[in-house]
Amino acid sequence: MLGLQLPLLVTVQINMELLLLTLLAFWTRLSQLSYPNAVVFDEVYYGQFVSLYMKRVFFIDESGPPLGHMILAVGGYVCVCLCVCVCVCVCVCVCVCSCAEYPSGVCVWSLRLLPAVCGSLCVPLVYLLILELRLTHCTALGAALLLLLENSLIVQSRFMLLESVLIFFQLLSFLCYLRFHNAPHSSWSRYCWLLLSGASCAAAVGVKYMGVFSYLLLLGVACLHTWQLIGDRAVSHVSVCVQCVCRCVCLLLVPLLLYVFWFYVHLSVLYRSGPHDQLMSSAFQASLEGGLSRITQGQPLEVAFGSQVTLRSSASQPVPCWLHSHKANYPIRYDNGRGSSHQQQVTCYPFKDVNNWWIIKDPGRQELVVSTPPHPVRHGDIIQLVHGMTSRFLNSHDVAAPMSPHAQEVSGYIDFNVSMPAQNLWRVEIFNREAESEVWKTILSEVRLVHVNTSAVLKLSGVSLPDWGFRQLEVVADKLNKGHQSSLSWTVEEHRYGTSQEQKEREAELHSPTHIDVDSNISFWAKFLELQWKMLTVKQEESEHKYSSSPLEWITMETNIAYWLHPSTNAQIHLIGNPVSWGVANLSLSAYQLLALVYLLRRRRGIKDLPDDAWSQFVAVGWLCVGGWAVNFLPFFLMEKTLFLYHYLPALCFLFLLTPALLEHTHSHLLRCSSPAALCVCALAAAASVFLSYRTFCPLTYGRPELSANQLQDLRWRESWDILYRRR
Amino acid sequence: MTLLDGEPTKEYQEGSGVARLGYSFNFLMAKGECTTQWSKTEDTCSTLRNRKAFLSSEKQQQDSQPKDGDNSQTAGHSSKDGTQSSNGTSAQWTDRGTDPPRKETHSSVLLLLVTVLSFSTRLYKIMEPAHVCWDETHFGKMGSYYINRTFFFDVHPPLGKMLIGLAGYVTGYDGTFPFIKPGDKYEHHNYWGMRGFCAVLGSFLPVFAYLIVLELSQSRTAALITATLLIFDTGCITISQYILLDPILMFFIMGAVLSMVKFKQQTHRPFSAPWWLWLVLTGVNLAGALGVKFVGLFVILLVGLNTAWDLWGLLGNLHLSLVDIAKHFLARVVGLILLPLFLYVTIFAIHFVVLNKSGPGDGFFSSAFQSRLIGNNLHNASMPEYLAYGSTITVKNLRIAGGYLHSHWHLYPEGVGAKQQQVTAYLHKDYNNLWLVHRQDENNTQSGAPDLVRHGDIIRLEHKETTRNLHSHLHEAPLTKKHFQVTGYGINATGDANDLWQVEVCGGRKGDLVKVLRSKVRFLHRATGCVLYSSGKTLPKWGWEQVEVTCSPYLKETPSSQWSIEDHINPKLPNISLSLLKPHFLEILLESHIVMIRGNSGLKPKDNEMNSKPWHWPINYQGLRFSGVNETEYRVYLLGNPVVWWINLASLGLYVIMVAVASVALQRGVPLDQRRREHCCVLRRGGGLLLLGWLLHYAPFYTMGRILYYHHYFPAMLFSSMLTGITLHILLQSTDFLLRPPYSYWLQKVGQMLLLFSVLYSFYLFHPLSYGMRGPLAHEPASAMAGLRWMDSWEF
Repeated sequence: MLGLQLPLLVTVQINMELLLLTLLAFWTRLSQLSYPNAVVFDEVYYGQFVSLYMKRVFFIDESGPPLGHMILAVGGYVCVCLCVCVCVCVCVCVCVCSCAEYPSGVCVWSLRLLPAVCGSLCVPLVYLLILELRLTHCTALGAALLLLLENSLIVQSRFMLLESVLIFFQLLSFLCYLRFHNAPHSSWSRYCWLLLSGASCAAAVGVKYMGVFSYLLLLGVACLHTWQLIGDRAVSHVSVCVQCVCRCVCLLLVPLLLYVFWFYVHLSVLYRSGPHDQLMSSAFQASLEGGLSRITQGQPLEVAFGSQVTLRSSASQPVPCWLHSHKANYPIRYDNGRGSSHQQQVTCYPFKDVNNWWIIKDPGRQELVVSTPPHPVRHGDIIQLVHGMTSRFLNSHDVAAPMSPHAQEVSGYIDFNVSMPAQNLWRVEIFNREAESEVWKTILSEVRLVHVNTSAVLKLSGVSLPDWGFRQLEVVADKLNKGHQSSLSWTVEEHRYGTSQEQKEREAELHSPTHIDVDSNISFWAKFLELQWKMLTVKQEESEHKYSSSPLEWITMETNIAYWLHPSTNAQIHLIGNPVSWGVANLSLSAYQLLALVYLLRRRRGIKDLPDDAWSQFVAVGWLCVGGWAVNFLPFFLMEKTLFLYHYLPALCFLFLLTPALLEHTHSHLLRCSSPAALCVCALAAAASVFLSYRTFCPLTYGRPELSANQLQDLRWRESWDILYRRR
Repeated sequence: MTLLDGEPTKEYQEGSGVARLGYSFNFLMAKGECTTQWSKTEDTCSTLRNRKAFLSSEKQQQDSQPKDGDNSQTAGHSSKDGTQSSNGTSAQWTDRGTDPPRKETHSSVLLLLVTVLSFSTRLYKIMEPAHVCWDETHFGKMGSYYINRTFFFDVHPPLGKMLIGLAGYVTGYDGTFPFIKPGDKYEHHNYWGMRGFCAVLGSFLPVFAYLIVLELSQSRTAALITATLLIFDTGCITISQYILLDPILMFFIMGAVLSMVKFKQQTHRPFSAPWWLWLVLTGVNLAGALGVKFVGLFVILLVGLNTAWDLWGLLGNLHLSLVDIAKHFLARVVGLILLPLFLYVTIFAIHFVVLNKSGPGDGFFSSAFQSRLIGNNLHNASMPEYLAYGSTITVKNLRIAGGYLHSHWHLYPEGVGAKQQQVTAYLHKDYNNLWLVHRQDENNTQSGAPDLVRHGDIIRLEHKETTRNLHSHLHEAPLTKKHFQVTGYGINATGDANDLWQVEVCGGRKGDLVKVLRSKVRFLHRATGCVLYSSGKTLPKWGWEQVEVTCSPYLKETPSSQWSIEDHINPKLPNISLSLLKPHFLEILLESHIVMIRGNSGLKPKDNEMNSKPWHWPINYQGLRFSGVNETEYRVYLLGNPVVWWINLASLGLYVIMVAVASVALQRGVPLDQRRREHCCVLRRGGGLLLLGWLLHYAPFYTMGRILYYHHYFPAMLFSSMLTGITLHILLQSTDFLLRPPYSYWLQKVGQMLLLFSVLYSFYLFHPLSYGMRGPLAHEPASAMAGLRWMDSWEF
């Protein structure tokens, strides 16, 4: 038995450098966090999302996965908790508590807290990362200082924005991976580090999709290291297999599961219907509380002959809409001189309306009621569709459609006795019958209506009709039914079994709300896949913002972004980097590339300038810093979305790692004989000038003190920077 | 090598000698680093490939064999195993090239067979249908333009169309057929020359593929598999049979790859005549590929990467001095960069010399360019020399491919600035490009000689057709949000103070006159101080996809903010002939490239057009209608032979698996016999090259924003088929993993036969796609294609 030895000794080693850096980072990022007490730049969007989280209302943000929003929302919950505390205190005193009277500073502070904390933690992370690259403490200190005194990073961390969180997770994943790689190969505990690395990769991807690229870089490096492991003949086959499997689990499986987990949390937290419902399928909407599920709750599931239904187009472009008809005919001649059938218009209407109701009729029977027992419609059945309010049959024929002349017109049939017979038979094709069933089901089945005479398919063309069509959307029958297009398929959204024989009764019935009950739930995986697909495919309106910029302008910091301007004074906050640091970083990037090229060529010729361990260190610095920069920067050239300077910040962080590392390399390998003192002086001078320029731009970083117009003019170091002054 | 003529026993010895030679390398490197192992296996490869050259040295090695064998008994045993097991199968395998008279006739017979089959499948029914099919309407027309020497604009470089034109000219086509739309009957016009030319070039593709695979894998079986796949692919046949750029492009692509591979074979005797020949041929083909379509850039990339890898290998060869390496480097620079560049420029020079008459493409180019063309209104132009009040003018932006200042009877839509009349830049010559120059205060032109406009004057520009004034105000421009919107405002030329613009001649002083065509003019907005600017961005549909015009608050002098007066009509002023500066050739070249690139990126998919996605292509998801839609028409449908394409797809996956297994085996140092080692080498080197080719010709399409078509996949498909040849061959060779020797040999033969018959039978089934079909569509039982619509997306 192991006895407890007395006295109990706890030895704590504290790296004072690290501690000091962390404290300084917290001071620069967290001081006066609630100033300015106003919504700054993109906080508008994130603020909306946070408030939707608080209300548990479902939303889609196509810019990124939900983890980032969730992290911000945690800030929101903290806010609520604090508010409650404050309220309780106030209640004790005043006994009146209205939540509108929150001390406003609390909320702003707590919402901005988490990004700021992440931003501050980046500084010690960089310090540790450099140490893991087996560089000296001085180098680590240099890199951390560069990061600490970078104005743009400070600005970006101090608001409710996601870049600092992304950078934090990226750095963390690399740090953990290096810890894993550097640990002695015999210990199995090092796989904890790998696991953590995988997890933070998943977090980075979960915050912003840009994280994918640094994840890929890490995977690439891990593959290379694993490949070397495979080539190591000293290791047994079994051991190699086990290690490979472990690495796969930690770096592939765990991140994937975690990524899905973010969505799981997202979907289980947000269970109420909200503004973005319309983008999702009917089944998805029905699973949300409120909205569609309130209407569809308790509908009969299987569509039968005699059912009264509304048909929603599966396409959410340009707007979600329902198949519609009304008492108005197509004009005899269109503006461009083409003729029409002059029959009743059939359109797609984006609002709920009694004219959206259609009745499914068996061509062999006259009645418009559901027989008992109901005779459900199956895949391949021929039906007729009768418009509920006007009793016209849905019809199509070889007449060019009003706006898309290559397709057939769809109309409510009127017999003008002009040798234009009714062609009103439609065949039901259930598109997802493998997944669902052969029977046409409310909400779940995606149905194509194929015109029997011409084999054209009922389609939403997406074009709006002119004034004669009340600007509703055009519906056509298109012969080119290539593959699966969402504009071709329709789902039944509202549904009930018709009971009234007479037209008048039926109209009354149509006006009354539906009520019967069945419950339809779709699985998490279906919801996840649909949401993920929508997020990747929904296109933002491409537009240029006043402060948007192109990737090439970032390297030289051609543009800035004005985040906030005081409503009455000249106090303002800008996203402007520290020009000296940017210059130094760019310089070191080109120097590294040049050096690498020279070394490579000379090694190839058999001249080894560097000892092997120094060379492998040089390579490691390269893949981490230059690779990290490249994967966070180059993909933007291929992107078509609106880009801002802050997209460059993750790449910049990796460049800041490079500068001191290169300096140390120069010191220890290139300048062995000549004076190292000169280099130290240079480094110190550089550090001092970085600090000075940080001080210079502080007023634009923190928004105070307020500067006069002349001072602002002096700060405009570049012609292209946009700094605002008030005219007095 | 003559020693071994027709003597099977010695042949066998020689084979085993090679195996042991390979083994001795193997033994040496067993404990070496993985990197050196890689280069060693490379060495084995090259030794094997250049067997002919090294035969004598091998003889010596063979003599000294026993010693090696004694040194390593166990290994010697395994190598013997290897040769024995491959005894039956490698009869035709190990002796390639060692037995010239019989084998060489054999191989030339095969080559001849491939050639004949290829030509006969491509040239069969070349004249049908006797009407314009699909893109023949463009490329046939452009060929005719060359014969008529009329200037036109196209998004592709000119070589392909020049060759088509030449082929037509030589075979007696007179360039009079208008090629208006697909379906037009050719009637008496001589179109066979152009089609035949394309088909002949297309017929070379299987031949080239055969030779490339033969070179890469040293196996006739692999080469034959490839050739079979390509000869009997309906897609390749269809695309070769019409007046299109693709057969020409693919001819040059395959030519470049073949020459590159042949060049590589000459590594052991650098700077010899064949070495130079293949190098130069590679360069010529590269120039040809780029000269037909910009897709040629991908093959340039492939050759470039391969050459860089090659040079890297040479650099690592410490036996070569730096001078030698520099020589190698310079030779490649000359052969693969300078020569193609020169040829490419020459093609354009011929293009510009031949096309000297004004035609439909004029408006895309600058005024200076247009003045070269006979029949253009700027050719030997005469007009009033200085800009005057009361004149009717057109204003052209100085940015390359900048348009004319344009307006029309359409308003900006709701939500885009003020709802006033649109002002855009338009590339074509049009009545709506005309503007009237007015003083700021009066409307009607005075009598007598009009006053001239001077630098610094305030003017008003009235749009002639709609009588609106050029106007700007403090609203955001539609696309460039940092700029102000420019509109047409007012009626009958009465507007407000925002209609006033100050004319400035760049580099001029106050009072200078504005020269027509030669002055660069800026229009400064009086009220806001911004400058009239053409952003180059294309407006959405509401703006008829014309180019945005804005008013920029940044006064930097760029060509985007500079304009020139192109047409100038003023009956009251005397016309004088303007001797314009003829543009320099390089300027024309640059200009035409920028115009082409703009045109290419401007080919955006239309909304209601079903556009093809890159992932559709390898699975043969959907073809292209070349001719005919209805039951009564003669229908041709571009669709790959599904069996061939799906075999290709499957072998891509198979290849990745096989190469992964092979690499891991090598990396773990699993003992392999010589034949397997050789297979790994072919898979990694030859297969790797082809896979890279496939990727380079396929992956970039995912990033392209322009409209894409199914036929863009065909160059990639060629690479994929070649890869299939190698993969399947090696897969069949590896059957002895499963079965003992005689059975494995049979299995291998059965596999080859099965492959051959499935390809032939599917070709028999699908040949009407290429050679035309009539009668009912495939969904009806009476059709010739009944039951063959295996995918719903196929439209025949």
